[in-house]
Amino acid sequence: MQGRKIYRGKVTGEALVTGEDISFYGGCDPETGEIIEKGHHLEGKSISGKILVFPSGKGSTVGSYVLYALKKAEKAPLAIVNRVTDPVVAVGCIISEIPAVDQIEIGKIKSGQKVEVDADSGVVTLLE
Amino acid sequence: MTKMSLDLTSNQKDMLEGKYGKATRKAMDIITSLGEIYGAKRLIPVSSVQIAGVSYDNLGEAGLEYLSEMAEDGKTRVLTTLNPAGMDMLEWKKHGISEDFAKNQQRVVDAFERMGVVTTCTCTPYLIGNLPHYGEHIAWAESSAVCYANSVIGAFTNREGGPSALAAALTGYTAEYGLHLQENRVAEVKYEIQTELKGNDEFGLVGQAIGTRTGKLIPYITGVKMATTDELKSFCASVATYGGVAIFHIEGITPNRTAIPERIEIITDDDLERAKTELDDEGANIDFISVGCPHASIKEIAEIASMLKGKRVTEGKTVWITTAKPTKDLAVKMGYYDQIEQAGAYLVADACCAVAPLKGKFKGLMTDSAKACFYARGKNKFKTEIRSVEECIKEALS
Repeated sequence: MQGRKIYRGKVTGEALVTGEDISFYGGCDPETGEIIEKGHHLEGKSISGKILVFPSGKGSTVGSYVLYALKKAEKAPLAIVNRVTDPVVAVGCIISEIPAVDQIEIGKIKSGQKVEVDADSGVVTLLE
Repeated sequence: MTKMSLDLTSNQKDMLEGKYGKATRKAMDIITSLGEIYGAKRLIPVSSVQIAGVSYDNLGEAGLEYLSEMAEDGKTRVLTTLNPAGMDMLEWKKHGISEDFAKNQQRVVDAFERMGVVTTCTCTPYLIGNLPHYGEHIAWAESSAVCYANSVIGAFTNREGGPSALAAALTGYTAEYGLHLQENRVAEVKYEIQTELKGNDEFGLVGQAIGTRTGKLIPYITGVKMATTDELKSFCASVATYGGVAIFHIEGITPNRTAIPERIEIITDDDLERAKTELDDEGANIDFISVGCPHASIKEIAEIASMLKGKRVTEGKTVWITTAKPTKDLAVKMGYYDQIEQAGAYLVADACCAVAPLKGKFKGLMTDSAKACFYARGKNKFKTEIRSVEECIKEALS
């Protein structure tokens, strides 16, 4: 699937997919990588080390710093794949150096699937 | 590394390659990456920056760590001012802020100061010396100030976040996209206001009504006969909080030229009443009164001081009048500070009720600010009531 580069890098890993937007500030524990937003589809799941697939970001601009905190704590997602990346997540990926791609039909990706994200060329490949 | 769509000057390339140090390299990485994402063709110089993300309550240790890293060798290249902190940097103790929080908040402000940021700590930089002119390109965060700069002043800025504003400060550049381009500043929906507006509360209510209706579509507003600077800053804060617009036009009041949209929406007394009903919680037990979101001007403080002079705030109620430090200094000189504090209210500099660590400290907030209602409910779990400044002070004294 061809998308648009948000931040460079190439990784392979397991997808964690949600159809709901994510607010990193207040919605994700910056120390553990667990989604803590009440009632969120991924509540209680850890995004750490996953190819995190979600439509778009929402909420406070401080969210960028939560991604940075996750990276420092070695709990960051391996890569981020969005339908449309909002500026808060884009800046978060840039300052934390997390590979990210958007303009992807995220509905085609399933949780647990092995996925390659080549952000430099904006390509997301399903490996299984 | 290639930056395909962006045409960089040699100076900009040097920054990206690290010739100006690692903070500048990181900052340029942010600016050019955003430029690529949003399809900018080039970077443009900015002459003024306003940074948000200052309260330790919002930043946390991670944010502070990022700032400290940038402060190792990062220096601002243009006039850069700062959003409110989580406390009055001098009088925090008497406002009930903990030692721990104060220590961490000071570390945040110190990191900004090491980078050469003027640590104003206010959401109204335009009132205290960071005042761009019409047509000037700037990089501001703080949604209310962004709205004010674009709409009331006619400067050009996108709605920056904390890290992207800091990146503009450290490089002196921003990517040319969005509201830096004239074609993206044109009005999209006309709002005819068919009611008289007066006071921060009513301008805030109409901001809520238009904001929720317009979303991200740029409003062209008619029917406002006059508005004070204070009323406009209240409107900016509200329309940006509830709608996400970063620019609007008011016929006869704001300076930008724009085509007039064909789509028309009507705003009546009913809309204001509905906005008020939405911001007034049932059974709000008011124990906190806060005025000064956005930060109060010296004119507003003078008026509040005269209402409080010789009176006494009722036992069990806390009153915060929030403002910028230079304005507080002026209020001290004019005797307003003593009139306010002797009545048992606080004139709080540098902070506001939205970013201070107040969660759980109060039950109900009365304020003249529609924006303050939003953060009091969401972040601090208070119930809210929106009233005029006069009614807020009356509540404090009853």
